[in-house]
Amino acid sequence: MRARDLLHPRPEGLYCPPGDFFIDPVRPVNRALITHGHSDHARSGHRSVLATQQTLDIMGLRYGEDFAGTTQAAALGAAMALNDVTVTFHPAGHVLGSAQIAVEHKGRRIVASGDYKRQKDATCAPFEPVKCDVFITEATFGLPVFRHPPDTEEIARLLKSAAQFPERSHLVGAYALGKAQRVMRLLRDAGYDRPIYIHGALAKLSEYYQSQGIDLGTLEPATVDSGGKQDFTGAIVVGPPSAFADRWARRFPDPISCFASGWMRIRQRAKQGGVELPLIISDHADWDELIATIKETGAGEIWVTHGREEALVRWCELEGIAARPLHLVGYEDEGD
Amino acid sequence: MNRFAELLDRLVLTPSRNGKLTLLVDYFRSVEDPDRGLALAAITGDLNIAAVKPAMLRTLVTERMDPVLFGYSYDYVGDLAETVSLVWPQTPGHIPNREPTLSDVVAKLQAASRSDGPKVLAGLLDSAGISARFAIIKLVTGGLRIGVSARLAKQALADFGKVDVAEIEELWHGLTPPYISLFAWLEGKAEKPQRTALALFSPVMLSNPVGDGDLEKLDPADYAAEWKWDGIRVQAVCEGGVRRLYSRTGDDVSGAFPDLAEAMNFSAALDGELLVGEPAATGTFSDLQQRLNRKSVTPKIQQRYPAFMRCYDVLQIDGEDLRALPFRERRVHLEAFIKTLDPSRFDLSPLVDFTDWQALEEMRRAPPHPIIEGVMLKRWDSPYLAGRPKGPWFKWKRDPHTVDAVLMYAQRGHGKRSSFYSDYTFGVWSGPEGAEELVPVGKAYFGFTDEELKQIDKFVRDNTVERFGPVRSVRADRKQGLVLEVAFEGLNRSTRHKSGVAMRFPRISRLRWDKPTAEADRIETLQALLD
Repeated sequence: MRARDLLHPRPEGLYCPPGDFFIDPVRPVNRALITHGHSDHARSGHRSVLATQQTLDIMGLRYGEDFAGTTQAAALGAAMALNDVTVTFHPAGHVLGSAQIAVEHKGRRIVASGDYKRQKDATCAPFEPVKCDVFITEATFGLPVFRHPPDTEEIARLLKSAAQFPERSHLVGAYALGKAQRVMRLLRDAGYDRPIYIHGALAKLSEYYQSQGIDLGTLEPATVDSGGKQDFTGAIVVGPPSAFADRWARRFPDPISCFASGWMRIRQRAKQGGVELPLIISDHADWDELIATIKETGAGEIWVTHGREEALVRWCELEGIAARPLHLVGYEDEGD
Repeated sequence: MNRFAELLDRLVLTPSRNGKLTLLVDYFRSVEDPDRGLALAAITGDLNIAAVKPAMLRTLVTERMDPVLFGYSYDYVGDLAETVSLVWPQTPGHIPNREPTLSDVVAKLQAASRSDGPKVLAGLLDSAGISARFAIIKLVTGGLRIGVSARLAKQALADFGKVDVAEIEELWHGLTPPYISLFAWLEGKAEKPQRTALALFSPVMLSNPVGDGDLEKLDPADYAAEWKWDGIRVQAVCEGGVRRLYSRTGDDVSGAFPDLAEAMNFSAALDGELLVGEPAATGTFSDLQQRLNRKSVTPKIQQRYPAFMRCYDVLQIDGEDLRALPFRERRVHLEAFIKTLDPSRFDLSPLVDFTDWQALEEMRRAPPHPIIEGVMLKRWDSPYLAGRPKGPWFKWKRDPHTVDAVLMYAQRGHGKRSSFYSDYTFGVWSGPEGAEELVPVGKAYFGFTDEELKQIDKFVRDNTVERFGPVRSVRADRKQGLVLEVAFEGLNRSTRHKSGVAMRFPRISRLRWDKPTAEADRIETLQALLD
């Protein structure tokens, strides 16, 4: 049996014929295995869903409790049999609950990474390299230009700016699941103990993170009811990036727009988006992490998905590792 | 180096002037000599480092990494300096003992010969992190492009030392990097540096616009009137064989006007307007534009558009400072002095005779030359004062032109305005009847009230046709759209704009919610205003 007979792309998503399941399908299917709770990977309407308990909880928060026919929680590191295929979930270090999925059949192991990163992150379990024959890697930042600095340095720049411009508010754009909570946690770890104001879209997920033992400190809604404009003087406000272009942002005094994302590595990206203080904080592996991880898995073959596949495939060629792009549809390569 | 790199990164993304000033002042306060002075020189363009060509940079990096991967990277980023700073391979396991400071970098680059320049650069890049590499590359490829003018940097120095910017401008040309004596004075640790250099700049005297009701309170007999020439304010200073032509902010612009500089063979400081053509046949603003923003001027351009100076004040003759004298006496000195100069390069700005404000008003409305943009009023008894004192000098400008244009695109603003669509591109109709099209003729981002901004913002959001990043195109056809009355000071020919015209100083003067778009102006109306 060839590797591609064990897992291959179909319009619905990555399919495993002997196990009869899909990984992160973009359309409703009979049985779905889900790596993490971001909406392009975790969709509602599947008949049965297998994912970590935290990913199931997050899907419940986003789509309502009836997001799937039946659900089953996968414990990290525990092997499970699906027909005659063995699947095991391993932490991916991307966001809370995120996992890689190892698929084994007749002595061959393929690991689908989902999205992952190697930088340490106090809001989720760290990535665990898994030896395998084929490693399916994401490539969101699959170009040598993407090199994420330590996240602590980025948060230090935010705090420095907050001290430099005490009369203004700092609006930090961060995706609602994962990035927002990581930014808040980094602020706490850096000793910032004032309340952090959050956009309504972050409330439920942040509360869930807190219930999972991730201390984010005092969070307050960034609503006008809670006070006048002057109440946000010197405040740090976290919200989804889309909100800052919106009328919502008018309640803040002379805001400095910040954006926490790996894309902020590229100045032109920051400039085009009107970002004054780019914070290079990413939940995806950067170039150095991608190539280190590929080596660590010991995989003889690499399949590259969503992102800039060509550079990573080229690097594998130079290293003498078989590699090919795996064209999966429906994932946003922009999200970070 | 990291502090300088961080400063550059922040400045380039900070749109507001006050924000930039805060960043610069904080930098001057927290960074020690000589680094801060070298950073200042880099920003004002006074740092001398032999340039490295982009092709050399490319060679250096592709010697160190796969050219295909470099190609993918460069295609994605689009900026060579930035790409190289990001992809430059770090020697594995090699952690430099200490990252180089800005003064280390400058010293090494300045000491490098032409042949070992690339090697020195590569060594510096090896020893630095990503941000510092970017700053190093910017230093050697010339042009920081961070949106900070020398003028703004001087303002930041003034804010830092709590002194008037005029004091900085006055000293500037006598100082050299890294400006140790300047910083010592600004920090209160030393006396103000002496003006020992020759032919220094004297901060210029500026005027206030005539406001409503101002003239009623003034006696016409107290004031002299002159035409207000729409050229470039310059100060020509010659002292002890040193000749300098300064802009109004104290930048030395002699290099751009070698023809005029050559004729400066006197010992005095003159204040006036730089114009092109000949005194007897003054050129238009379009002619003047041929001489602006050029790094070098060919003899052909100098011949076709010769520069001359129309003088209206004298600050110094043979080392004697005349600034404390009343305007009336300075004018007498000036009239006598001009007679000694080359008449094809220097002439006198004539006084305009008038008896009452009404008579002057009529002359202001019908000036004798297109490059006149109004009249100047100067109190006969006023000394020459730096800055913009209220009272002694007034400018009374010609009324602006206006045009009714249709809003075409709106872009989100920055800072306070980042959630508002506040930058507007507008167009007028062109093309034959029945097949009219809008051609963009300008862009404006002020002139409206906060209330009007909210209204336009709502219009933009409700009438968006397409989005391109922060820009939206709005509904604008013969039946629907928003007509803006746009005021502007003048019109130039432009090969860069599809419409062939470029407005000077456009601003929104009124929102014409009442006016149907089909009744907005046509391009021919604007074309008629050219020259």
